[in-house]
Amino acid sequence: MEIIILLTLLAFGYFFGQRAEKKHFKSIIDREKAYLKLPVVTMRTPPAIHQHTLNSELVAGNAVISIDFFKKFVASLKMLFGGHVTQYESLLDRARREALLRMKEQAQHKNAFVVLNARVETASISKNSKRRNSVGAVEVLAYGTAVSLGDKIKNEINS
Amino acid sequence: MLLTNLEQVPGKKIVQHFGLVQGNTIRAKHVGKDFLAGLKNIFGGELGAYTELLAESRQEATDRMIQQAQSMGANAIVNIRYSTSSVAQGAAELYAYGTAVKVEL
Repeated sequence: MEIIILLTLLAFGYFFGQRAEKKHFKSIIDREKAYLKLPVVTMRTPPAIHQHTLNSELVAGNAVISIDFFKKFVASLKMLFGGHVTQYESLLDRARREALLRMKEQAQHKNAFVVLNARVETASISKNSKRRNSVGAVEVLAYGTAVSLGDKIKNEINS
Repeated sequence: MLLTNLEQVPGKKIVQHFGLVQGNTIRAKHVGKDFLAGLKNIFGGELGAYTELLAESRQEATDRMIQQAQSMGANAIVNIRYSTSSVAQGAAELYAYGTAVKVEL
């Protein structure tokens, strides 16, 4: 009986997990293309133009992504032998890119032309209290300073 | 209040320095939401409820930091950093800190 439950969970995880991941990656790639013109850099110095014409604001984006049962199962098997755990790699990749995109979204909303000093922070949210060290889900926070042109220079450009 | 994680505010001169300001919150998970998250652990995907919860909590930590800066008479916080740590099973601390300064507007 337990084996049947396990197998069903694995099948569910495999089927829905793969589908969700594919869909998510597709949407991430599409949105990344849309935001290509807004660079996000880890540089800390503002651009060397007349800086009093700039507006700066903190922007942040976060995402909590959970792993599916199938991947978790495969990953736990891989833990025995060591080596690449691609299951978690794709999970973290998804979470990071999603968080960065949300930050970019906010920056674009503020008419920024660059996001400076971007930082990415990762925290694991373990769901299972029985098994420690189990990564159930990860939270990624991306934050930075969105820099946009102030009203002063905009008026100058327009006039 | 000007918030930035750069060391200076672009184009504005820092005239006074007030030192470190900080804000934190500790959030526990909601049982019902946790149950749904457990289901999501089978299917995989984004845990929307958690994303929202953490974003809200982080905003609260930021607000507390801002409050502290305001009480000192600052008008900007520079070099802001965020950090997350889990203090107990099912609870997370969200921490925001930075340097309160006064800038010439």
